[in-house]
Amino acid sequence: MTLARRRFDALIIGAGGAGLNAALQLADSDFRVAVVSKVFPTRSHTVAAQGGVNAALANVLPDNWHWHMFDTVKGSDWLGDQDAIEYMCREAIPTVYELEHAGVPFSRLDNGKIYQRAFGGQSQNFGGPQAARTCAAADRTGHAILHTLYQQNLRARTHFFDEYFAIDLIRDDEGAILGALVLEIENGEPLLIEAKATVLATGGCGQVFRTTSNAHINTGDGMAMALRAGIPLMDMEFFQFHPTGIAGKGMLITEGVRGEGGYLINKDGERFMERYAPNAKDLASRDVVSRAIVTEVKEGRGCGPNGDHVLLKLDHLGEEIINQRLPGIRETGRIFAGVDAAKEPLPVFPTAHYAMGGIPTDRFGRVLVPHGTGEEVVPGLYAAGECACVSVHGANRLGGNSLLDILVFGRAAGLDLREQLGRHHRPLDEASVEQAMARLNRWDRKGDGPTVRELRDAFRKAMEDHAGVFRTEEIMSEGLEQLRALREELDAVCLRDHSRIFNTARIEALELENLVDCGMAIAVSALARRESRGAHSRPDYPERDDVNWMKHTLYFREGDRLDYKPVHTRPLTVESFPPKERVY
Amino acid sequence: MPSERELARLRWQCRRGMLELDEILLTYLERHYATAAAAEQAAFRCLLGEEDPQLQRWLLLDERPADARLHALVERLRRLTPTD
Repeated sequence: MTLARRRFDALIIGAGGAGLNAALQLADSDFRVAVVSKVFPTRSHTVAAQGGVNAALANVLPDNWHWHMFDTVKGSDWLGDQDAIEYMCREAIPTVYELEHAGVPFSRLDNGKIYQRAFGGQSQNFGGPQAARTCAAADRTGHAILHTLYQQNLRARTHFFDEYFAIDLIRDDEGAILGALVLEIENGEPLLIEAKATVLATGGCGQVFRTTSNAHINTGDGMAMALRAGIPLMDMEFFQFHPTGIAGKGMLITEGVRGEGGYLINKDGERFMERYAPNAKDLASRDVVSRAIVTEVKEGRGCGPNGDHVLLKLDHLGEEIINQRLPGIRETGRIFAGVDAAKEPLPVFPTAHYAMGGIPTDRFGRVLVPHGTGEEVVPGLYAAGECACVSVHGANRLGGNSLLDILVFGRAAGLDLREQLGRHHRPLDEASVEQAMARLNRWDRKGDGPTVRELRDAFRKAMEDHAGVFRTEEIMSEGLEQLRALREELDAVCLRDHSRIFNTARIEALELENLVDCGMAIAVSALARRESRGAHSRPDYPERDDVNWMKHTLYFREGDRLDYKPVHTRPLTVESFPPKERVY
Repeated sequence: MPSERELARLRWQCRRGMLELDEILLTYLERHYATAAAAEQAAFRCLLGEEDPQLQRWLLLDERPADARLHALVERLRRLTPTD
């Protein structure tokens, strides 16, 4: 059968904030833009970003983009690239105003200016008093932004391929990206989309861990497509965990619970945080609380029949305070843990929240690969948002900087692309198309091997146990062997349902392949980095080691190979912030 | 009984931007939808057309839909437990 083909100037894969902001810059310039999304665009994971977006507007307290830059460099534990961070913090201001003009209903102050709230990690005057930098649209900032960008794209006549799943990038012998093979989920038909440039904006890969706060769609599709195209992933060992997710499920229980007086206990009823952080106790930083919880479980003081979680006690606060100040907590506990938090403690465990690493790009969104002693741009390929690593978050992301990242660098990719789309389409490489088709057709194989669900559950459990919060040489080495064995088993996995119409089992199989690729990148990168920095914590190497490890990791799929590249310590126009101890 | 294809289509509609919604909607679909009354099934299909923040406010916060059929379904979804 002939493969259906379409041609566009630009192809955007992913319809969250990054993809839609990239698409809008192009569609507004009359380029033909295709956006491929596996779910309806306003159901992208951007809607879960409810906190807000950082920009030094100084509407509430004095502020300056340079202070925002300092906080972001410090938050990154000096692994972030200071040129990209300067660019992001400067561009935050026009980006927020652009969104305001596009119709995002930001919350307002009495004087009509955009309201800004204070978040952790924000300071005035380079580490001084608390700043108020986060612009919010009530408690649904992500959705408000996504909805506005979607509407603007409809106005600009962006072409949406809703409920299409991207299989693989198409490239030629020189490594240039020519578009992608995608699959229409409804009828199971493949479609080849040719484009002069392709933007990967597919979000994160939190589903690689058993306990995660990420939606089911976050399966690292773009990251894995890049890996299969020979492009490395950068800094994948840095994964942010939130200490209190519902045990075994992952839904976030806000830090506000502990702020209101809730506290953690082990199976003996002991307030164990007093041992790990005698001053801050339950309000210690996320990584400290997460490690303490996992240590309690590993040392046999976990709760429940399997001793695999701890308890978050808040019933002593009383129903009235819980209902007033912690809306949704009782419902979350009841539905997902079967516990009324006003009467019993909640079972909790650290939950995988955000990938700092991803596809390496420069500040224009162009994807980079090593070349000789330096780097070169992959012709025709861009990446932005959580699937990319530009790198502004380094080893640890600050609250309010994730929406900012997707908006600034989605826009930057779109703006840079506008200058690149004048040329003709490159000739299509049929061998690459056949390779992508082979990936799809592999799932037509019949047999009695393990199911997708069995292998996915085993892989995610191994990731949580061996590449999660608690990372020693022994635990991770053992885990890597398990993960490699599970990767081998993937070849034997067969589908039971081979129909074409809305065969979601086939999509889940393709997602599993992506998860396995992303998981290997995390596990291999984490084992090699023998230091503790930001979210990557090694009890056997507890200190940050700037002499040997102030560098970015690059993981290549072929042979699980690693390489490294230097951190950009030189900003664009200001003095560099030299490394210091990260204390708050 | 709904066909396999209809269930598969609805399963994909349960893919949302928030984990909480994924889990509530999928749990209902996989364990209760097939045996629900036709009116409740229709209400569920209608619910899937709502935006994620609206679903969050109905299913996890204090708001309730004005429509009586949706209201009844939302109450049922809010009473789901892990052992359902």
